[in-house]
Amino acid sequence: MNPALLVLSSSTLVHLSPVDLVIIVFYFALVLAIGLYLKEQANTGEDFFMAGREMTAWVAGLAFLSANLGSLELMGWAGNSYKYGILAAHWYWIGAIPAMLFLALVMMPFYHICKTHSVPGYLKLRFGPGAQALSSISFAFMTVLMSGINMYAMAVVMRVVLGWDINVSILISSVTVMIYVALGGLRSAIFNEVLQFFLIWAGALLIPILGLVEAGGWSGLKAKILQNLTEQHVANPGAYTHAWSTLGNFTDNPMGINWVGIVFGLGAVISMGYWTTDFLVVQRVLAAKDLRSAKLAPIIGAAFKMMVPFIVILPGLLGLALLRDPRTGSLLRLVPADLAWSTAGQAQGLHGYDEVLPLMLARYCGPGLLGLGITALIAGFMSGMAGNVSAFTTVWTYDIYGALINKNASDGSKVRMGRWCTVIGVIISIGTAYLVMNAQSIMDYVQALFSFFIAPLFGTVILGMLWKRATAAGGFWGLLAGTMSSVGMYVWVKLNPDAVKYVALSMQAQDQAQNMFRALWCWLICVIVTVVVSLLTKPKTDAELANLVYGLTPIPHEEKVSMFHSPVFWGVIVAVVFVILQIIFW
Amino acid sequence: MKSGGSLSIWFFIGVSLAVNGAVIFGTGIYELVSPPENRVVLYNLHANVWWGGILLILGLFFSLRFSPARERARMTGNS
Repeated sequence: MNPALLVLSSSTLVHLSPVDLVIIVFYFALVLAIGLYLKEQANTGEDFFMAGREMTAWVAGLAFLSANLGSLELMGWAGNSYKYGILAAHWYWIGAIPAMLFLALVMMPFYHICKTHSVPGYLKLRFGPGAQALSSISFAFMTVLMSGINMYAMAVVMRVVLGWDINVSILISSVTVMIYVALGGLRSAIFNEVLQFFLIWAGALLIPILGLVEAGGWSGLKAKILQNLTEQHVANPGAYTHAWSTLGNFTDNPMGINWVGIVFGLGAVISMGYWTTDFLVVQRVLAAKDLRSAKLAPIIGAAFKMMVPFIVILPGLLGLALLRDPRTGSLLRLVPADLAWSTAGQAQGLHGYDEVLPLMLARYCGPGLLGLGITALIAGFMSGMAGNVSAFTTVWTYDIYGALINKNASDGSKVRMGRWCTVIGVIISIGTAYLVMNAQSIMDYVQALFSFFIAPLFGTVILGMLWKRATAAGGFWGLLAGTMSSVGMYVWVKLNPDAVKYVALSMQAQDQAQNMFRALWCWLICVIVTVVVSLLTKPKTDAELANLVYGLTPIPHEEKVSMFHSPVFWGVIVAVVFVILQIIFW
Repeated sequence: MKSGGSLSIWFFIGVSLAVNGAVIFGTGIYELVSPPENRVVLYNLHANVWWGGILLILGLFFSLRFSPARERARMTGNS
């Protein structure tokens, strides 16, 4: 009997047909073939860790987005849109687009000119080894945790949809990622991320198309959601389909947040921090072949990022409108994961928020399409995990091993270390996958991690790039104070839930709202501490800051190109579309 | 982007879409001839036929446009 069939249980949403298995097996074979093919092009450190810095804008841009578009994104944000309504789309719009454009047009020249291998590498050049060590260690910690979360998300898909054993699906998928990244390095990860980008769209796009057909279009969907939530006596049912109009008060929307938290906590801090300093995504752009490509890549990513809610947020909303219990015919209400996964929850056949996407997949996709949909989720998992593993490998090798352990490491030994580090990173990630299984919602947990590490890091990097008076001591202590204050606020609320009214300014604040405000406060603390300590300590000379700080960095002359090849032109187009989307879904 | 060899990333994408499209399209045609007992919601739209067809056409376009032979010819022409 086929080993895959042996792990099927009786409580699955669907059973794969041989056609589906063919599609899934073909996908695994193809990604491994790409890794093997690229092995010969990953012999030097520059090849293995930076893909030779020869990516075109399109490849770097799609990989930039795909590394972020893990199964975590697909399932977690579909679950969040079921839980919070269209407010979840803010994480794709104001929570991404301004930051991606800022990275492209303002920050990329600094990253590109200083030729750093990583964001902690930039901090070393700008603030010295203290800030580098702190950021690299916290980043390494965060990436393996994130990788574990991705792995958990994948295992949930396999369990919910197919009934596959969690351990088997984790092992097969993670070992595949390990093989192709260890063989081909970043080049292989990027190649596969672009492939995975196409497969994710090919596999996930049918759900919103068919869902809208069934719901009667956008207006029909809104009417059904309103009707269903009213029947269930949910407060503010109309708020689930409006992105901005309910953000005047904390109590008017399902997230318990106001516009300050969304605009400043998410848009100005969390998003800026993630898209401009999280090395997982920045590494893809650093691999671009020239400055114009490096500037265009995030803009291309932003253009596609704006459309991702169509395959992620919309299925969650469709779930609110259309999902019904197949046994009773009554409306199906998804519940928090801990309740769904409890013994009582399993006995009642409950499903968690994060299962909404697989449920919608099973609703519309027959043989073949189901295989492609599952492949999309697997591809999402792999792109997210490969992104984390390749970034972890680079930061470990250059910023921890090369900077703290073996400062005289040769290029060859770094490549060997990178390959071993890939293996070790995957093994650690497998361990962390089991840590996140009790989280109420996957993305709430991820946003908590971002607020710990990414928000203060953004404060340090942006001051380093834009303010030449910032000193090494200021950078280090600001980063440390920001990180510690964020962790401190998190622990404070966990120990004393009433503290949420101080941290998030409202007792109604849900986890996501708390994360936004915590990020905002810790960023402010980081900036204030950096400024105060910098003013009390001796600054570097202008000569020492050349190519690292705004005003002391000559931007290289870019070739004359037509308007249609100009990053600024496309940046403006993306910004205009972004504004139009906000108005449409106001 | 080239890998250093003659295979473009777009060729891999084309092959992937074409193979998946062909399998899904073929399954859709089979289901038209022999409808299944357990049907998904909106089965009547036969999504696997037209979606598989779209993927197949797109995949063939990428595969042919970035085939190794054409890439080699282009590289020879550039050098």
